[in-house]
Amino acid sequence: MTDNGTHADRKWWTPFNVIVGIILATGAVLTVMRFTQGIGAVTNLDNNNAWGLWIGFDLLCGVALAAGGYVTSAACYIFGLKRYHSAVRPAILTAFLGYALVVLALHYDVGRPWRLPYPIFVSQGTSSLLFEVGLCVFLYLTVLFIEFTPAAFEWLGLKKIRALVVKLTLILTIFGVVLSTLHQSSLGALFMIAPSKLHPLWYSGYLPVYFFISSMFAGMSMVIFESTLAHRYLSRHMDDTHHREAPGVALGFAKAAAFVMAGYLGIKLIGIAIDDHWRLLATGWGMWYLVEVIGFVAFPALLFAMGVREKNLKFVRWAAAWTVLGIVLNRLNISVIAFNYHLPSHERYVPSLMEIGTSVFIVTLGIVIYRFITTRMPILHEHPDYSAHSPEQKRI
Amino acid sequence: MGISRRKFIGCLGALALGPAMGIPGTARGAANKEFAGWPGSQSVLHDITKCIGCRKCESACHRVNQLPDPETSFEDLKVLDQKRRTDADVFTVVNRVDNTSPVFVKTQCNHCLEPACASACFVKALKKTPEGAVVYHEKLCVGCRYCMVACPFNIPAYEYHKALAPRVTKCTMCHPRILEGKRPGCVADCPTGALISGTRDELLAHAWDRIRTYPERYVSHVYGEHEMGGTSWLYLSGLPFGQVGMREDLGTKSAPELTAGPLSAVPIVVGLWPVLLTGVYAISKRKEKIAEQEKQAAVAEAVDQSKKEAQARMETLRKKWDQEKQSAINFEVKKALEEAAAKDPEPGQSKEDE
Repeated sequence: MTDNGTHADRKWWTPFNVIVGIILATGAVLTVMRFTQGIGAVTNLDNNNAWGLWIGFDLLCGVALAAGGYVTSAACYIFGLKRYHSAVRPAILTAFLGYALVVLALHYDVGRPWRLPYPIFVSQGTSSLLFEVGLCVFLYLTVLFIEFTPAAFEWLGLKKIRALVVKLTLILTIFGVVLSTLHQSSLGALFMIAPSKLHPLWYSGYLPVYFFISSMFAGMSMVIFESTLAHRYLSRHMDDTHHREAPGVALGFAKAAAFVMAGYLGIKLIGIAIDDHWRLLATGWGMWYLVEVIGFVAFPALLFAMGVREKNLKFVRWAAAWTVLGIVLNRLNISVIAFNYHLPSHERYVPSLMEIGTSVFIVTLGIVIYRFITTRMPILHEHPDYSAHSPEQKRI
Repeated sequence: MGISRRKFIGCLGALALGPAMGIPGTARGAANKEFAGWPGSQSVLHDITKCIGCRKCESACHRVNQLPDPETSFEDLKVLDQKRRTDADVFTVVNRVDNTSPVFVKTQCNHCLEPACASACFVKALKKTPEGAVVYHEKLCVGCRYCMVACPFNIPAYEYHKALAPRVTKCTMCHPRILEGKRPGCVADCPTGALISGTRDELLAHAWDRIRTYPERYVSHVYGEHEMGGTSWLYLSGLPFGQVGMREDLGTKSAPELTAGPLSAVPIVVGLWPVLLTGVYAISKRKEKIAEQEKQAAVAEAVDQSKKEAQARMETLRKKWDQEKQSAINFEVKKALEEAAAKDPEPGQSKEDE
């Protein structure tokens, strides 16, 4: 990510480009292998472990970490917190890319990817929570795409259609929150059908609620985390408004995240109490559970709170990165680590290097596209023709 | 947008109504009523105490379903030394449970009354038939493998090494044979009567008869009668089922009951959220408007106030000026009068002076 100089004297052999090149080339090879020799050739999946890293990380974490889109746009357009305005476009872009990559990753994981539209257009299995997930992700991806288009239209100079889309902002935002509520929670509910497979500390009637609530602070942390990276590497694409508003966004989201995380801890506690699983906390799995809940929720929540109190952006940024890790840990626990906990160790699933490589490839692809778009379109800055200061333009 | 919204609403309707109506032939969703199974549906009873581990059922299954040949023949009983599970090419396996006297247990799809796999399938590729079997429709399957995640018995297997058309595979209960009025292949070939087929009601009655007749031979439990809401495959055992490798902690709730809660929340979210969010928006908008109005009012008042003050000051100034003017006039008049009075006694004099 050495973005020095202008486009004219741009060097191609930068460390960033070399690493990305290697990853993309490896990804291409893995892609060919996957689609010519089957899922079994690149993954360690088997009949007992049907879902692995591609669902646990690419889908579950991808969707949770893309929650910044609905959280930020809801804060700005529904709750009227105008001071978060400059964070909306980067968040929408990240969410859109996140969901697009989730769908891309699904093409690797499902056996017949060309049939992915089947649940919506051919045969609706409405009793399945996966149907709800599929339908919502499909619709929300559409919503995010439309929400993203004004930036592209400004870049392309299409004023009329941009003005039309801008008028839809509120409707799209509300639609986005409804769809996010549904699919974020139903990703957790997916696992409710398997009480005999998921460890009781993670299995709960509250799984959908846990997933939805945690998606909120996942989204907020991701906005902070991503803004930190963007300030570091894409600073020259930011305008004064963005620079001026960024610390306020970080502190505001940190405050909200601290509160939501405290609430999340509360309902986690209630979940343990209702199922009366206190005894299990003293076991090995219990220790692991506490690492997740105390180490990766309570601790960053406290760090967020301290950062807000002392107006310390460093604390806030560390807490955000830590929380993002915590979300990844939680989703992997439910889908892979504490799933099938009862199987003997030789029947347990450990991802193959090629599976990890494919996930790295997909994340890298996301970073490259994000960089391509932010260095060209008005994401981190306002387009001069559509500035908030010109009276005839309504901001989006 | 129009199309996708209509589709969305249509699907939500289906989501809410489909399961409630209990359309025959569909996977049973979040219905809030008991389902006792299709009347007269076919079932199989596996009496574990009668199984001798001959693998005749495995070979019958292989023949009937035209499965690829295994590495070792079905006469080879050495495979019993290791624990096996169902596989993409193997719909049923017999395992020896190590005990003082060997016990053999046949494993295959249990054909639940309300199958987790069918409930989990988002394209209805798995269906419970009224005849008893849970069947798979390859033409619909996307290959998401959620059925494998959902199955409490770990039965469905997947063709992981097929690139183009991988399938989920599992025991079909020989559905085509059942439709012809024949028994499933494994049942037909079982030499010891460890497998018998019939309607579920008959077999349940028969199983309990055996338990009552030979209480010393069987544990007092018919596995599958209530497990996961009941299964079409039923088991009798001499040892506790946990000891013969079958899970005793599955509970009696059917799979659709497990997901009924989250599914029923969908219409609530779809109905309530837009109302709440529009309300929040309206409130924040109104707050903004009121703040703006108050600001304007305050400004107007301030302007008004300063105007009044200015007027008042002007007034006082004017009065002061008037007074000063008046007093100046008075003074001048007085002075003039005084001057006039002083000159008055000799009017002629002044004229002469000029």
